[in-house]
Amino acid sequence: MNMEQPVLAVKNLLVKRGGATVLDIDAFSVNRGEVVGLIGPNGAGKSTLLLAMSKLLKAKRGNMYFKGNDIESGNGAFAYRRMLSMVFQEPLLFDTTVYNNIASGLKIRGMASSGIRKTVMEHLNRFGISHLAKRSARKLSGGEAQRTSLARAFATGPEIIFLDEPFSSLDPPTREALMDDLQRNLQEAGATAVMATHDQMEALRLADRIAVMNQGRIVQMGPPEEVINQPVDEFVASFVGTETILRGKLIKTGEGTFTIAVSGHEIEAVGTGQIGETVVCCIRPEHVTISANPPGSATSSRNSFRGRIVKISRSGFFYKISMDCGFPLVAYITSSSLENLMLKEETQVFAAVKATAIHVIKHSPSMGS
Amino acid sequence: MDLIFEGIKQAFFLLLSFDREVIGITWLSLKISGTATFVSLFIGISTGMVVALNDFPGRRLVVSLINTGMGLPPVVVGLFVTIFLWRNGPLGFLEILYTPAAMILAQAIIATPIVTGISLAAIQQLPRNLRLQILALGATRIQMVWILVKEAKLPLLAAVMAGFGGVISEVGASIMVGGNIKGYSRVLTTATVMETSRGNFDIAIALGIILLLLAFVINAILTGIQQRERPR
Repeated sequence: MNMEQPVLAVKNLLVKRGGATVLDIDAFSVNRGEVVGLIGPNGAGKSTLLLAMSKLLKAKRGNMYFKGNDIESGNGAFAYRRMLSMVFQEPLLFDTTVYNNIASGLKIRGMASSGIRKTVMEHLNRFGISHLAKRSARKLSGGEAQRTSLARAFATGPEIIFLDEPFSSLDPPTREALMDDLQRNLQEAGATAVMATHDQMEALRLADRIAVMNQGRIVQMGPPEEVINQPVDEFVASFVGTETILRGKLIKTGEGTFTIAVSGHEIEAVGTGQIGETVVCCIRPEHVTISANPPGSATSSRNSFRGRIVKISRSGFFYKISMDCGFPLVAYITSSSLENLMLKEETQVFAAVKATAIHVIKHSPSMGS
Repeated sequence: MDLIFEGIKQAFFLLLSFDREVIGITWLSLKISGTATFVSLFIGISTGMVVALNDFPGRRLVVSLINTGMGLPPVVVGLFVTIFLWRNGPLGFLEILYTPAAMILAQAIIATPIVTGISLAAIQQLPRNLRLQILALGATRIQMVWILVKEAKLPLLAAVMAGFGGVISEVGASIMVGGNIKGYSRVLTTATVMETSRGNFDIAIALGIILLLLAFVINAILTGIQQRERPR
């Protein structure tokens, strides 16, 4: 990990609205050149955190450090705000040309017009909107407008960029193209960024680290792989797409493995634990394989269950197979697999999961659900 | 019918001969209503801005008061301004009753709520996050307010037109606090009222035409500013 000082560090941040706590962050930091994805359901506090970090919202308490220096209120906050950029879900363009929009941050800083011209031209180019320079911002498509907004944010050469669901109001192809452009620009500029999104795929694609938020708190933070495969609790597990979450009891321990009883069935997982412990098993749908016949004995590390297909539904480019194996189990398969295996609802199948693919959460706090 | 034709003929004669009295009255009308509008813009846009951008207890009440004020009857304003400026009234020491200054005061009081109300609506119809976006672009508070004014310039110019239109055509308060003194506090509307009551329809029509032309020209200029240079 990056051992130099973080670009931005937040400590004990508390934001209240109408007496209720909407944000309560013990510690959060962003390293130089890093893209952090903030994910969580609506109302989790993602936007509030971004606003608080950009000093656009008054916090009840908390300290923020920019490159190690406390950002005190007053002029400190103002000087700090000149080093950041923010992109909102709506493009929020000014009623003028695309060129003037991108120039706006530079004009605010009192830059000479020759310098402005050079910088604006460069950023028009970076975001592929040079041909729109003279167009009124009111006459842009959604994608063009958001490109202009991104170009405006990058043009001031910010030390850190906050993006608040920048793609959520765009159609999929536009979103796809814009995400590529953002990724490229973040890399080229070596930019440090924090992006809020409720779409975990966006975060997976762009972020170096992911912070999962719920009810105003960061419940887990780590590299995408870690958050996806080792969620700390049932909330994170379900939010990052773990379809099967089972409560069970640890009944047997072996060499580096243990066995969990779930609804009278035994599931083997890797790790250590104490017999009698109540645990939660998380099985991601892409880790479940389905076959028509029982798997051979060679695959001893596998958990194999006989089950019945309860429901087949489309999920994006995959099919979601919901099975009843004495406990509910969900798998994703491709359409060709679906055809090859001739799967239908009510078909009997065998589902297999490697012991290493089962993530076990111990002492899971009750998540209300 | 004769009355009207004769009146219009006479009116054009008065206009084309640049009658000094008529020109004097017109110029005074412009000066008084222009100054009053200017004052009301200053107070109205600032107040509208403050109310639009801040959340405080009693905000709804303030907004309703402003909206009520948009329909303030000029005679009521005239009445209260007169009472306040009366010799032994609270502001009697100013000794400005029956002067153009009193008329500016009364007209400014009429125009301010109109300008405030429209400014308030103009700023409120801007996207909620726009203000945050401007600050995030590194703007000072003053720069932010200026950018917001520019973003809301179309409805704000409508506020100017409504404010000016309201006071240039207003007669009740002007007569009450100005006194319609010839060559001193006589404006287009008060003169029209007086000439009509005297049966001098020709002069009254001439004054009426000037009033209409004035309103048209001023609004045409403001509309020109409002609609110009919108990028295509």
